[in-house]
Amino acid sequence: MTVHDLPIAADTAAEAVPRPKRIALVASKGTLDQAYPPLILATTAASLGWEAGIYFTFYGLDILHQERFEKLKVASLANPAGPIQLPNLVGAIPGATAAATKVMKNWMDNAQMPDVPEFIDMAQGLGVRFFACSTTMGVMNVSEGDLIQGCEIAGAAAFLDFAADADVSMFV
Amino acid sequence: MTQPAPTDQSVTDTLDCTGLLCPLPVYKAALALGRLAPGDVLELTTTDPGSLEDIPAMARQRGDTLLSVVDGSDTQTFLIQKGTAT
Repeated sequence: MTVHDLPIAADTAAEAVPRPKRIALVASKGTLDQAYPPLILATTAASLGWEAGIYFTFYGLDILHQERFEKLKVASLANPAGPIQLPNLVGAIPGATAAATKVMKNWMDNAQMPDVPEFIDMAQGLGVRFFACSTTMGVMNVSEGDLIQGCEIAGAAAFLDFAADADVSMFV
Repeated sequence: MTQPAPTDQSVTDTLDCTGLLCPLPVYKAALALGRLAPGDVLELTTTDPGSLEDIPAMARQRGDTLLSVVDGSDTQTFLIQKGTAT
């Protein structure tokens, strides 16, 4: 019956071009160790053919900050699982954060892992969308010119509009 | 895409990801597959033990076909046939 033809044809057409899966990540931390997980997950998702976007908010915005993204550090204080494990009193002395950061960078280099700027290039090269939280920019006095190229300035509603269609969402 | 191709499938391209950890084998394999035509076969070699789960997952997600996996003592070798969806 022709009555059934149209819906069936529409369903078939919908199956022929499935919507890509989508991952929506929030990067809220600005330390070197916490910059990796969202970048790794987004890069991997894009490699799988998924749409991927990261919302950089609060300290996570440092990952997009031109003058800071190459200088992210690992906390030596109150970080019992860090690359060098120090009592907090020792972790507070000058140079301890730099030492912890150096150890982690050596780990990554020795494992042939890309550094954060390289991961940013890889992610952007695969079309991962970088959302810069506009409220964070206002609160922390960060201008668009302070950010690396290719960021989209977005508030929570704009990111949630992207995340509403996500199959996977994570907060880092 | 649904049925494995014969195992004597000729290899179109090779990719050496030995010494590399996740996500690099998947990232580099996806780039390599992106340069191939549907039906072409990529031979991928890895040492990351996570690859034994990651590469089949990648093929599943991308719509490629994993033709074979050889889990050697030091390396893993995968034959991946590019699907039509990617």
